[in-house]
Amino acid sequence: MEILLAIMIAALTGCGVYLILRLRTFPVVLGLTLLSYAVNLFLFSMGRLLENAPAVIGASELHADPLPQALVLTAIVIGFAMTAFLMALALRAWGEFGSDHIDGRTDELDPEQRP
Amino acid sequence: MMAHMIILPVLLPLFAGLLILLEWRQRIWLRRLISLAATAALLPLAGYLWLQAAGGEIGVYHLGDWAPPFGIVLVLDQLAALMLLVTALLALPVCLQACRGEDKNGANFQALFQFQLLGINGAFLTGDLFNLFVFFEVLLIASYALLMHGQGAERARAGVHYVVLNLTGSSLFLFGLGLIYAATGTLNMADVTRVLMEGRLVSPLLLQIGGALLLLVFALKAALLPFCFWLPGAYAAASAPVAALFAIMTKVGLYAIWRLWPLLFGHEASPLNSLVTPWLWPLALLTLAFAALGVLSATRLATLAAWLVLMSVGSLMAVLTLATEQAWAAGLYYLVHSTLAAAALFLLVGLISAQRGLLADQLKAGNDLPPSLAVLFLILAVVLVGLPPLSGFIGKMMLLQATPDAIFWILLLLASLLSLIAFSRAGSTVFWRQQKDAFAERMAVADLIPLLLLLLCTLVMVLLAGPLAEAARGIAVQLLDSQGYVDAVLGSGRALP
Repeated sequence: MEILLAIMIAALTGCGVYLILRLRTFPVVLGLTLLSYAVNLFLFSMGRLLENAPAVIGASELHADPLPQALVLTAIVIGFAMTAFLMALALRAWGEFGSDHIDGRTDELDPEQRP
Repeated sequence: MMAHMIILPVLLPLFAGLLILLEWRQRIWLRRLISLAATAALLPLAGYLWLQAAGGEIGVYHLGDWAPPFGIVLVLDQLAALMLLVTALLALPVCLQACRGEDKNGANFQALFQFQLLGINGAFLTGDLFNLFVFFEVLLIASYALLMHGQGAERARAGVHYVVLNLTGSSLFLFGLGLIYAATGTLNMADVTRVLMEGRLVSPLLLQIGGALLLLVFALKAALLPFCFWLPGAYAAASAPVAALFAIMTKVGLYAIWRLWPLLFGHEASPLNSLVTPWLWPLALLTLAFAALGVLSATRLATLAAWLVLMSVGSLMAVLTLATEQAWAAGLYYLVHSTLAAAALFLLVGLISAQRGLLADQLKAGNDLPPSLAVLFLILAVVLVGLPPLSGFIGKMMLLQATPDAIFWILLLLASLLSLIAFSRAGSTVFWRQQKDAFAERMAVADLIPLLLLLLCTLVMVLLAGPLAEAARGIAVQLLDSQGYVDAVLGSGRALP
């Protein structure tokens, strides 16, 4: 399970970083979303991976660390709000520049792509 | 009751911001009244907390009465109290300036302003790493909206860059927190230090990576060299009151490094000590040199001010890495001075561009300007360049005295010379080279009041330089005593069953 989780986090992070480095705002938004998913999974694993262990003391022999779960919840909420804000911002930037280039350039677009 | 005063700097802006949002009929005078009252109330509150902390005792507030390290704690030591005081001193003039008309360009300026204060005050007070992340996010999301406040493609472009960079930074922050939790099993700042001191570290390697990531994020907020390219664009694009408020934003990043330096980054038992410390000194000097060149390259007054902010970051980071009592005392004095002076310059730039129509703050010949603005520009130039007799001179002299390093001396003095050149060029272009056919707008005296308030603060810093330097020394002594911090925060917690 450790290997599976590690590969998943690595893939999400890699894709996220690749997309953030793109020149259009939409891939950048997607990249940040992927990166925040990777972070959330990563936070889960920081309290060690256990199977069949509820986050309640005394309910079974082993118990999982409940703190990372609380942290992930906070991180998810914040990440969600930030993504929503970034979407709104990307739309506004598109309206201002007439282009979804991250620097607001219009000269690199195909003629039919221009609004 | 008095024990609860510690949380008031967080609650006051929160409730003021909510009240402003509840005021649904968009009565601008009512919103301004609430915002001004809350901002003004922060000042005596911060003063009271400073008096509480000045005795040397560390105040600890257990949220929900959960004992640390399990609950979140707010910690009021002298550094936190000083930062709260600076924020309050800065916020009132900025709020006054915004009420002169800037807040009408968008619906929710005043509410966002309060939420920004909430995030800044919270970040200064918290003693928990994850809570620090949450307050960083609060202050960042408010700053995103404030930066974009008003319209314009320039702001949208700077805003996209600023938001994307900081969101990436937030992800890295979380990665770092996860690693630190995995390595130490705690996120309470004092408890992390206790784990280090008792040698209960699970994995030094994880802590090294986590700590380095954290430092990287703080360096991004503080705008240290490889991560500083966003700053001139963003600060120059923001409206004048927002840019003035942002003068404290880079200091929040610096504060976080400063707070964690004796606890984590520079602690002698920390595996980060050898990994990170050697990098910061050269990076700080490079930031200083880079900013000095940037000041010369500025084509707008606001960009010039932004580069000056960067210059202060470089010099502050340099003395921070020295970690001696004298260096930190000098750094703290300089931090207060540079925050207030940079904010004053941003406000002045706003006033100048309001007079020049389409030219705004570009360094080109324009219309006649009132002599009062020219005089203020001269005074601010003296303050920021560091010429005697104003606070910049005292601040820079303290920095030099505390730093026995020839390269730092040369760079700081050279940077001051270059900023003097940039200021004289900017001043002579804007104020002396005028076109006769252009007319100035009328300026109300009331426009100058916020700026004069900030200047008064720097003047007080000169008159009371002796006692203030003494107080800064006290703060530095308390900061360097990491054992005292750990005892104060964790010792007050009840014993575990």
